[in-house]
Amino acid sequence: MKDAQDIKLKIGLAEMLKGGVIMDVTTPEQAKIAEDAGAVAVMALERIPADIRALGGVARMSDPAVIKAIQQVVSIPVMAKCRIGHFAEAQVLQALGVDFIDESEVLTPADEEFHVNKWVFKIPFVCGCRNLGEALRRIAEGAAMIRTKGEAGTGNIVEAVRHMRAVQGGIRRIQSLGDEELVTEAKNLGAPAELVREVKKLGKLPVPNFSAGGVATPADASLMRQLGAETVFVGSGIFKSSAPDKMAKAIVSATTHYMDFDLVAHVSEGLGQAMPGIEIDKIPPEERMAPRGW
Amino acid sequence: MVNEPTITCGILALQGDYEKHRQILRLLNCHTRLVFNREDLQRCDGLILPGGESTTLINLLKKHDLWDAVRDFGRRKPIYGTCAGCILVAKSIVGMDQDSLNLIDITVQRNAYGRQADSFIDDITLQLNGKSETMEGIFIRAPRIISMGETVRVLASYSGQVILAEQDNILVGTFHPELTSDTRIHRYFVQRIIASVKKS
Repeated sequence: MKDAQDIKLKIGLAEMLKGGVIMDVTTPEQAKIAEDAGAVAVMALERIPADIRALGGVARMSDPAVIKAIQQVVSIPVMAKCRIGHFAEAQVLQALGVDFIDESEVLTPADEEFHVNKWVFKIPFVCGCRNLGEALRRIAEGAAMIRTKGEAGTGNIVEAVRHMRAVQGGIRRIQSLGDEELVTEAKNLGAPAELVREVKKLGKLPVPNFSAGGVATPADASLMRQLGAETVFVGSGIFKSSAPDKMAKAIVSATTHYMDFDLVAHVSEGLGQAMPGIEIDKIPPEERMAPRGW
Repeated sequence: MVNEPTITCGILALQGDYEKHRQILRLLNCHTRLVFNREDLQRCDGLILPGGESTTLINLLKKHDLWDAVRDFGRRKPIYGTCAGCILVAKSIVGMDQDSLNLIDITVQRNAYGRQADSFIDDITLQLNGKSETMEGIFIRAPRIISMGETVRVLASYSGQVILAEQDNILVGTFHPELTSDTRIHRYFVQRIIASVKKS
């Protein structure tokens, strides 16, 4: 009963964020720019993914001072990232009163076998996935929101598209299956059969499904929403562009009005330089973030 | 609802849990329209302002030229604001330098119960049609109605606090019936829309 109530509250907050844009920020000033541009939540980070990628080394949870400073200046929800499997970082983030925890492949994983048991936390978690099986495993661990991973810090939408298509294709496949085929499908996906049944019934994931990792323009945001993302995370795409404030506002508009192509065209005009992108095959396999986690 | 006029209930779809409201209204066989702009709004007989982030919703309403249109709408037709929507239509908001539509004589405090860790579910007491009934109340980073004018009617309460109220065309609630499968409050609002259409 307690778990059932908790997950309802957790998914409830995720529902409230739909259609809005969640922006990575590293300072109170950036958080304010994001809020004023219409962000629905901010992700408080020490470094945005593009810089984490450039810097190398072990990437960890942000300094609590950074998170607190950002909590002070905005009224919208504040999220923060912990390393995959690092439940002690998650406990710290919960103690800081963040509104959502992202157990994120952008940071260096702390556990190569197990993710955090998210059921025991009061704060909701969002987790990344590359396909339906991964999404359902995270939901089985208590995630209240899923985001397709994409490849963070690249400004390249190709992986985000691949992962969203994989999830949506997986859902459509389940809907085409007979009930007698669902347990085998669950085995093949590596996911609990109850969740597979629920996906068949709902025709969607049982938690909100957002998109992350590579959104750099308003058209990218519209693309991901049309592919089924209920909203988008924008990491490096805003504060690595030449005019962050304008880019932030434009991506917010395009996310809301993703089917209004005149509007997306209008807000795309004169935004200056989008973040310089990286081709995925130029990234050595060991430096790719999406394969972290399972 | 046989022999009733066909009405369209709009749901502001700039951001928030508008799909959840649409699901509940579908259970009631009520025709819905997602509202993205003024043209959408013109086709509606009533409007739901969903849960979401009020800061974001205010920003988007202004940016997309809907701020004045929604205020004018509320002076003529029913609006139901849930959570963030309640903040939008309030007369004033304490502790925040935030605009509001001033459509109902209530003062609201944002995030009055705290951050997400303080969100909760509990039984609430409805008084919709003259009798007391309980319902599941889901409060997520919820606001609180801290004062209200004399002509505002209380429709639900929780531990001594007003959590659902109405005045003229405007119905406000600080919790989320759309996250349950309980249709009572939405049914009440739809009936108000029907009454308003019949009157005009």
